[in-house]
Amino acid sequence: MLKRWVLLAASWAFVGLPVAAVAEEGGFALMHAGTDIDNLESLQRGARNFMNYCSGCHSLKYLRYNRMAEDLKIPEAELAANLMFTTDKAFDTINVAMPAESEVWFGKQPPDLSLIARARGTDYLYSFLHGFYADKTRPWGVNNLYLPAAAMPHVLQAQQGLQKPVFKSEPDEKGGARMVMTGVEMMTPGAMKPEEYDQFVRDLVNFLDYAGEPIKSRRQALGLWVTLFLLVFFAFAYLLKKEYWKDIH
Amino acid sequence: MASFPEIPDSGERSGFSQWINERLPVAAFWKKHLSEYYAPKNFNFWYFFGGLAILVLVNQLITGIFLTMSYKPTAAEAFASVEYIMRDVRWGWLLRYMHSTGASAFFIVIYLHMFRALLYGSHRKPRELIWIFGCLIFVLLMAEAFMGYVLPWGNMSYWGAQVIVSLFSSLPYIGQSLVEWIRGDYYIADATLNRFFALHVAALPLALVFLVVVHLAALHEVGSNNPDGIEIKKLKDAKGIPLDGIPFHPYYTVKDLVGTAGFLLIFCGIIFFAPTFGGLFLEEPNFEPANALQTPPHIAPVWYFTPYYAMLRAVPSFLGTQVWGVLVMGAAIVILFFVPWLDRSPVKSIRYRGPIFKLALAVFVVAFVMLGVCGMKPPSGIYPQLAKIGTFLYFAFFLLMPWYTRIDSVKPVPERVTGHA
Repeated sequence: MLKRWVLLAASWAFVGLPVAAVAEEGGFALMHAGTDIDNLESLQRGARNFMNYCSGCHSLKYLRYNRMAEDLKIPEAELAANLMFTTDKAFDTINVAMPAESEVWFGKQPPDLSLIARARGTDYLYSFLHGFYADKTRPWGVNNLYLPAAAMPHVLQAQQGLQKPVFKSEPDEKGGARMVMTGVEMMTPGAMKPEEYDQFVRDLVNFLDYAGEPIKSRRQALGLWVTLFLLVFFAFAYLLKKEYWKDIH
Repeated sequence: MASFPEIPDSGERSGFSQWINERLPVAAFWKKHLSEYYAPKNFNFWYFFGGLAILVLVNQLITGIFLTMSYKPTAAEAFASVEYIMRDVRWGWLLRYMHSTGASAFFIVIYLHMFRALLYGSHRKPRELIWIFGCLIFVLLMAEAFMGYVLPWGNMSYWGAQVIVSLFSSLPYIGQSLVEWIRGDYYIADATLNRFFALHVAALPLALVFLVVVHLAALHEVGSNNPDGIEIKKLKDAKGIPLDGIPFHPYYTVKDLVGTAGFLLIFCGIIFFAPTFGGLFLEEPNFEPANALQTPPHIAPVWYFTPYYAMLRAVPSFLGTQVWGVLVMGAAIVILFFVPWLDRSPVKSIRYRGPIFKLALAVFVVAFVMLGVCGMKPPSGIYPQLAKIGTFLYFAFFLLMPWYTRIDSVKPVPERVTGHA
C-alpha cells in the first residue's frame, strides 16, 4: 500500500504537467481505465481474456509466451494447455494465424497490439472497448464512439451487449435543427453485468499495458531503491563538500 | 582568505610514476587542469551545468555504444530491434531509457548553461572564443539529436525527418537536389536511415568530443568567469595565485559531486518513473512503426526543437516561397554567435547591470518558453499569433542589445568577488 502511494506520488511529480494536456479522441471524453500493473491476478485474467477473445486476429509479436508466463507467474503446464494456440514452443512470440486475405475481410489487417497501450494509452483502449454502438451503415453493423468508422467488429458483443446511439436536437447555422449524437445507451444487454464487463475490459487493458512494456512493474520497483541510494549519496556528497569547504572564506 | 597546504613536489616519484612522467606529462596535466587550475571561489548554482553537460555526454557515448551492439540500422529491422533491446537484451531497457532521457537532459543542461553565460556575461572579452565553440557544440548537438531521433524508425521519427529534411527544398535553385542528396533517395528511406546512423554514431560524436576539448582548452587558457563578472587574475598573491581563486580539485570536484547527485535524482526519477515524460521525451506516435502512408495526427518535433520550429511556422510565405521561415530559423541560431559583440555594457554580470537588461532578459526567457509551447501545439487558435510575438521578441533581444546595454545604468563593480556558495 505504501509502495503504491510512493509510486503514485513519484509519477505525479514527474508527469504532472503533461497529463493535463491529454486530448479527447473523436469528441467524447475518455473513460478512466483504472488499471494497476502490479495486480498479478488482474494481469493473469487479462492474459486469459486476450488469448481467448483477441489473439485470433491480433498478434503480440514482440512478447514471448515464456516471458509472459514468467512475469505473470503462470505455470508452464497451464500456459501450454490454455494459452498457447499457435505454437508449441514457449520461447516463440505471440503470433497470429490470420492470413493475408484478412485485409479483404476487414479493410485492413488487424494490427499487432504489442505497443498499442504505449501508442494510444490505457484510457483510450478501455474507452474503445466500451465504445461500440449499433450503426447499420457500417459493414459489421457497429461503429465506435472513440474511433469513428472503426474497421473492427464488436467482438465482445455477447459479453457487453449492444448499445445504441442517443441523439439530441440542436439548432444549426441556417436556423433549422440537426441531430447531434450525445452518447450511447444499452439496447440489448449482454451476458455480463456492466460491472463485470468493466472488470473484464480493465483486466484486458491492464494486460496490454504489461505487454507494451513488460519491465514496467520491475522498473518502478527498482526506481525506489535507486532513489533511496541517491538520497544517501547526496547526503554524503553534501557533507564531504562542507568538510572540504570549511577553510574557504 | 584561504591558505592552501604546499603540495610537495620534489620531482621524486615511485619508479613507475617517474617512468611514465618522463615520457608523458600526466602529473603536469593533472596540475594544470585540476589541482592547480584556480577557479573563482564564488561559483553558484548556475555553474553546475557545464560539468553536468560533460556527464550527460559521457552517458550518451557509453549507453550509445551498447545500444549499437543490438540495434539494426535498416528500415526493415530498426523498429523491431529497438523493441528487442527493450525486451530481450538484458538491461537493454535501462540503456535505452538512459539514452532517450539523456537526449532531453542534454538540452536542459545546455540551455541552462547558455542562460548562465547571458546572466553573468561569460561570453564577453576575453571569452568570445569559448562562447563561439559553445555555439558550435549547440549546433552539432541539434544535428546529433535530430538524427538520433530518426533511428528508432517510429512513425514520428519518419514524419519528423520528412518535415525537417524537406525544409531544405525551399532553398532556391539547389533546394530539390540538396534534399535528394541528404536523403539518398526520393523520400525518407533505408538509405536515409543508414547514413543518419553513420553520422549519429561516428561522425557527429567525434566532432562533438573534439569541440568540447577545444571549449575547455580555451576556458582553461583565460580562466573561468564568475557571478560577479570580474577577472580574478587581476589580483594575485606573492606566488602568483589569484586571491579569489581556489584549486578546482578538490574544491569544485566535491562540489560538483553534490550537483551530480541532485541531477541524478531527477534524471533517474524520470528514467524509472516516467521515461516517456508524458509524451514529451518519447512521443506516443513513435510506438507505431514508420508508415509512409499514414501521417501522425499532429507532427511536432521533440520539445527541445519546438522554439525554433515555432519561429519557422510563424513566418508567412512571401513571393511564392516558404524559404523565409527557414532563413529566420537559421538566423535565430546564427545570431547567437554574435552575442559577445552585441553586448556593449561596461559590466559583465547581471548583478551590476541596470533594470533595462534585467527586463530584456526576463522578456527573452518568457518569449523562448512561449515559443517552445507554440511549437508543440497545432498552428491554430491563439498560437500562431503568440509565435509571431515570440519570434519578434527573440530577435529584438539580440538586435537591440547594442543599444539597450549601452544606455542601461550600471552599479559599481567590486574589486573582489562577493561571498561564496
